[in-house]
Amino acid sequence: MKSLTITNGALTALLALFALFTTTSAQAMEGVPARFGQILVDQLEARDADDGTVAAWSANAWYGGDINKLYFATEGERLMDRGGETESLETRLAWSRAFAPYWDWQLGVRRDWQPDDPNRDWVSVGVMGVAPYFFETEANLFLGESGHSELRLEAEYELLFTQRLILTPEVEASLYGKEDRDLGIGKGLATVEAGLRLRYEIRREFAPYIGVHWERKFGDTADFARDHGEDASDTLLVAGIRVWY
Amino acid sequence: MTTSFSLPRRRFVQGLALGGTALGLGLTPTQLFARQGQTGAPELRGNQFQLNIGAADVNLTGRNRPATLVNGSLPAPTLRWREGETVTLRVTNHLPETTSIHWHGLLLPFQMDGVPGLSFDGISPGETFTYQFPLRQSGTYWYHSHSGFQEQTGLYGGLIIDPAEPDPHTVDRDYAVVLSDWSDQDPKRIYATLKKLSHYYNFSERTLFDTLRDFREKGVVRTLKDRHMWNRMRMSETDLADVTGYTYSFLVNGHTPAANWQARFEPGERIKLRFINASAMTIFDLRIPGLDMTVVAMDGQPVKPVRFHECRLGVAETLDVIVEPKDHRAYTLFAQTIDRSGYARGTLTPDSSLSAEVPELDPVPLLGHREMGMGAMDHGVMGHDSGAMKTMDHSRMNHGGMDHGDMNHGDMSGGMDHGSMNHQGMNHGTQSGMDHSAMGHANHDTNAAVPFAVSADNPDLPARQSATEHADSEYGPGVDMRAMSPAPMLDDPGIGLRDRGWKVLTYADLEYAHGLPDSTRPEREIVLHLTGNMERYMWSFNGIPFADAEPLELYHNERVRLTLVNDTMMHHPIHLHGLWSDLELGDGRLLRKHTLLVKPGEKLSYLVRADALGRWAYHCHLLYHMEAGMFREVRVVPPPQSRHQHQEGHS
Repeated sequence: MKSLTITNGALTALLALFALFTTTSAQAMEGVPARFGQILVDQLEARDADDGTVAAWSANAWYGGDINKLYFATEGERLMDRGGETESLETRLAWSRAFAPYWDWQLGVRRDWQPDDPNRDWVSVGVMGVAPYFFETEANLFLGESGHSELRLEAEYELLFTQRLILTPEVEASLYGKEDRDLGIGKGLATVEAGLRLRYEIRREFAPYIGVHWERKFGDTADFARDHGEDASDTLLVAGIRVWY
Repeated sequence: MTTSFSLPRRRFVQGLALGGTALGLGLTPTQLFARQGQTGAPELRGNQFQLNIGAADVNLTGRNRPATLVNGSLPAPTLRWREGETVTLRVTNHLPETTSIHWHGLLLPFQMDGVPGLSFDGISPGETFTYQFPLRQSGTYWYHSHSGFQEQTGLYGGLIIDPAEPDPHTVDRDYAVVLSDWSDQDPKRIYATLKKLSHYYNFSERTLFDTLRDFREKGVVRTLKDRHMWNRMRMSETDLADVTGYTYSFLVNGHTPAANWQARFEPGERIKLRFINASAMTIFDLRIPGLDMTVVAMDGQPVKPVRFHECRLGVAETLDVIVEPKDHRAYTLFAQTIDRSGYARGTLTPDSSLSAEVPELDPVPLLGHREMGMGAMDHGVMGHDSGAMKTMDHSRMNHGGMDHGDMNHGDMSGGMDHGSMNHQGMNHGTQSGMDHSAMGHANHDTNAAVPFAVSADNPDLPARQSATEHADSEYGPGVDMRAMSPAPMLDDPGIGLRDRGWKVLTYADLEYAHGLPDSTRPEREIVLHLTGNMERYMWSFNGIPFADAEPLELYHNERVRLTLVNDTMMHHPIHLHGLWSDLELGDGRLLRKHTLLVKPGEKLSYLVRADALGRWAYHCHLLYHMEAGMFREVRVVPPPQSRHQHQEGHS
């Protein structure tokens, strides 16, 4: 209940801010607001894990003008065997505002939908953009209830073999400010994930891919995993599609 | 809807193989617009016209796709007028949306200029608007919609005004050659796509294999060094066109390369070709293999004749040339796009069964230091970085007191080699670029210094020390680079044309045919920097999009200098409505134009006589750049003192 109130409050403030900044934004020549939207399913893939096939996704969407956008992101994993079970699901809604040629800052709210454990709600502050050498970069600080905090850093690169055959290395690290025993998370560096995906753009908007996904838990987080009989490190083959509209 | 419409008093359908004679004859509009659109433009002569704007399907690619047509043809009919006459055009809108026609390059009352929101309200669905204006000029012009993206879907046509006096260049044949770009995609979709993924249409990006080849040919260190600035700037060396042959078919008079538009001639004849670049987004490099051309007019205005072999034609520019083929053979009119992603093609032939070889497309040229507006600058001191504050300090420090002595010449020459493929042919390049930028504003003006227009009410007109200085408004998310040392490039053939073994026409080769068209002494100077962010697909002047801009005020009858500094990596054809743009060529020479193609990294100036009161559009003629905000209203108003007197007279 408490978490719901926080989420609602933050959401209301966010939407108000968004409305405030977008009503004064650019109008096209004939007075039609120049707003656009995109839905990008960056990863929708099957992972060949020990306990069966896991479906994983990472997607985002935005709507807005050149400067202000409403941004939504989701990622998660679902075990497909034995009737299916969602292992993790995260959604984030943010106001995204361009502040430099290649950078937006983002202010938002995030909810982790836990299948068994309590949901976690967070307020997020972050920057997203393209760093020199074309690294797609994202850094977010999440502040949760009871003093929980997470810092998440992500970087991605596109290496062109041809105009359509593209290799994408990416890396993501999560650090936590406080232990969260319910979720098996320790303080400090908790997880590092890395991926290498090779896609073929049949159209720009539609690209099947294959790749490798690697993740490793560190410190107490790794210990918690071992206590539960899980490996601290995992390497999986993946196959999926990348689509956008 | 069974109204029959009045026909032009004298109408004339010429040449092209199409059922053009049926157009508008005995057909109700309903019948007319239900039909398939025709490709190929009939010619209509006279001084009274009924133009019907409607939607119809055209099939240029094997698929029927919706187009916006005038009298059912793509391009719209070529209108042939005579200088000194007054033309009356009844334009009826059969579309479900507002439309308009702008007469590009014509001097006329601003209410007749056809820009919705400035000249008039536009032509609502079902309405007829009557344009009427006297013809005060002659030459080759064109007309097009100024509403939405209708220009992309076919609403453009040629406009020829025969001179009142006999033309000094008599010819045996006279053809309008309307070049354009056609996409089966909805232009709204194209624009939205560019906003989502600006390099969507670029299929010439550098790949890993290009890098490996460079490693082999240039060495690893050199390659990494050369790539460093592109990587730092997050820009593509091949970003020459936003929309490419991936979606475009390039047309000559509505004909695809396969359909091969033909113009007939007999050997020994003098033929005038009136090239009109009616594209939405495409800059063409024109040539006729085996045949030199002699330019006699550009943008409708006569120039001193110059013989040449190839010419870059910006969007909205027109070029009149004369060719005199002596042999009984066919010649290909070859117009490849600046990014080499495709070409438009036609054939000049004495016999319809003949055709000539179509040249290969040239390799994709790579943007270099010149395009970055770096002149001969060292990599390290680019006016560009990620952090806004850092950029500001950095570039301001540099452009203020640029000192040759401080530059690392060794490193610089190493850097320049990177673009040697493109640069070698340009002996004027390095030095002049440096000198000009170092001297800044003062150098192109041998007369007394011209004061910069300054207005506290208009963010486009801040106080400034030099034209190359970047205004505060240029620092923000909408501007991804600022030229470090923009240079005059009028005699530069431009990227991809610098190493030709033949004469490439440049603005510097041209000059108004009859001496000076007007004074060379401006009273004020207005500086606009062409700005944008390719990644976000934002385009503006001075970093300010049209939506946030104030109108630029010119005083009636003043002579004003407009200086453009291109702070982007793209070419921009800049068009001022209703007033001539007299390009300053140096040495007091002028070239009279209506649209100026400004190269990346270029700084150029032109003089405008504000002799037509009213509200005029001023914009980049790349359709999606204009839509994104590279647009201004120019208001020609009574000068301040006369307004003052006017008010006093009333009080």
